Amino acid sequence: MDQNSLILAIESSCDETSVAVVKNGDIILSNIIATQINSHQRFGGVVPEVASRHHIEQITICIDQSLKQADVDKKDLDAVAVTYGPGLVGALLVGVSAAKAFAYANNLPLIPVNHMIGHIYAARFVKPIVFPSLALLVSGGHTELVYMPSENEFKIIGETRDDAAGEAYDKVGRVMGLKYPAGKAIDELAHEGQDTFHFPRAMEHEDNFDFSFSGLKSAFINTVHHADQINEELSKADLAASFQQSVVDVIVDKTVRACEQLDIKQLILAGGVAANRGLRDALDAKISEKLDDLDFVKAPLKLCGDNGAMIGAAGEMLMRHDQFADMTLNADPSLEFDWEPEAVK
Amino acid sequence: MKILAIDTSNIALSVAVLDSERLLAMQTTNIKRNHSKQLMPIISQTVEEAGIKLADLDRIVVAEGPGSYTGLRIAVTTAKTLALTLGIELVGISSLEMLVPNATQDGLVVPFFDARNGNVFAGIYEKNGLEIKKVVEDQHINFLELLNKINELGRPVYFVTTQFKDFQQLVEDTLIVVAEHSSDLNSLPNAYALGLLGMNRQELENVYTFVPAYLRVTEAERNWKEKHPNDENKESYVRQIN
Ligand SMILES: [Zn+2]
Repeated sequence: MDQNSLILAIESSCDETSVAVVKNGDIILSNIIATQINSHQRFGGVVPEVASRHHIEQITICIDQSLKQADVDKKDLDAVAVTYGPGLVGALLVGVSAAKAFAYANNLPLIPVNHMIGHIYAARFVKPIVFPSLALLVSGGHTELVYMPSENEFKIIGETRDDAAGEAYDKVGRVMGLKYPAGKAIDELAHEGQDTFHFPRAMEHEDNFDFSFSGLKSAFINTVHHADQINEELSKADLAASFQQSVVDVIVDKTVRACEQLDIKQLILAGGVAANRGLRDALDAKISEKLDDLDFVKAPLKLCGDNGAMIGAAGEMLMRHDQFADMTLNADPSLEFDWEPEAVK
Repeated sequence: MKILAIDTSNIALSVAVLDSERLLAMQTTNIKRNHSKQLMPIISQTVEEAGIKLADLDRIVVAEGPGSYTGLRIAVTTAKTLALTLGIELVGISSLEMLVPNATQDGLVVPFFDARNGNVFAGIYEKNGLEIKKVVEDQHINFLELLNKINELGRPVYFVTTQFKDFQQLVEDTLIVVAEHSSDLNSLPNAYALGLLGMNRQELENVYTFVPAYLRVTEAERNWKEKHPNDENKESYVRQIN
């Protein structure tokens, strides 16, 4: 099995339709991404039925373009990998239906991929993942620390008890009158301001690896509403900087503590919010200060958002573990890793 | 011409393989199962039972809607992907029109599906032997409004639906023309009829852009359009990045 492998990978769990061709799990031959952001901006967030409708407009275009751009004939493929959860059920079903039909028609094995494994495995495009390893996954739907004792083992040792970090960014962004999705704009504003508001750092000193962002969100909203009532103009840059600093402090603190307690070789930062400059820089600084010999790998900026290439990278690993699905594969919108906080002890 | 016909518009699921007018194999289920799980295995079984290879197919015919949005997307995505990767033709047929051949008499035929809140997806067709003509376009319509339209046409009608009982009272109270309706024996969709209808139609010119006939914009989009009547730049809603 030392031969080259070619995987066609399909992702449609939220508001991006993406199809990639990945060679040997870590070489991207193509990665077509059709994003629906402009559509959902109209509604201030992703509308599931609208998302599903866009996916079906895009899916076969993306498949063909990705094969063409990779200059790969479907006869040369070794497998089809597809995200089957977690995500929006209607959106997932478009990718799953297309993947099954394509695999059946071309006599290819089908690999079901957990979207979150995909996010983690985006790090493979930087360097090989070494085990045991810890992944910090931050996105619009997830904020979790995933411990990986070996290649195909995933245990959640801490996660958000309420909002995901990305969700908090979007809600706060709405209050500030920023366009959806607000993460990038807040990150940029934050770099022009100072942490003058000192919002709460929830659960920072608790003896666990869980997060909470709803208290921060409420404190932020109260501050803005109070200022509105007394007609006081607050600095948007300072608001953004204060909010971001609070999010980053909690995430960095807990992550570094988990790294100290676990015997790991590598820390991986992945997920949509992993593109946040404030978070990347703060983790970089803290790791080199406290855990200088830990290998810190950040998913490439372009591959932090949802994309097919990361599904191909994960798919190649799953293929080596014989994780195939048959033609009854269904979408699993609430697919999750096992919750095992005791893995730390 | 070898044809694969697929319908998952509602609770029933029907898949058939035809050799021109002749039916080779068909499977129909009518249980509240998961179409996403069932469709591909049933397609592969039906093709196998028909004694043909996938590569022998010349055309796929799919029921394009109206119906359950999720069901439609499963069939249409499967059909599009199969047609493109096999390099064969694709035809979309109305999920309502495919029920017209079920009518046991000629004349006006009204297939309909319950769309909740007193509404239905319905069309009005004229059936003359094997010939079918559209009289009133498929639409999402209040059931009473549909009955009034039928009264205006002033001719006997034949309803094809699995849900007649739920609407029977309204029909009896409102309709002034003679009405018959399908029985359990001839109310279910069957993919053989779908394949026959699709056999003589022009194939889709662009399979890539083919989408289900939902016949309803989403609520979010309807509300948005009300507030932004002049804002229409649909092309840029989805764009490729890299
Ligand atoms: Zn994601």
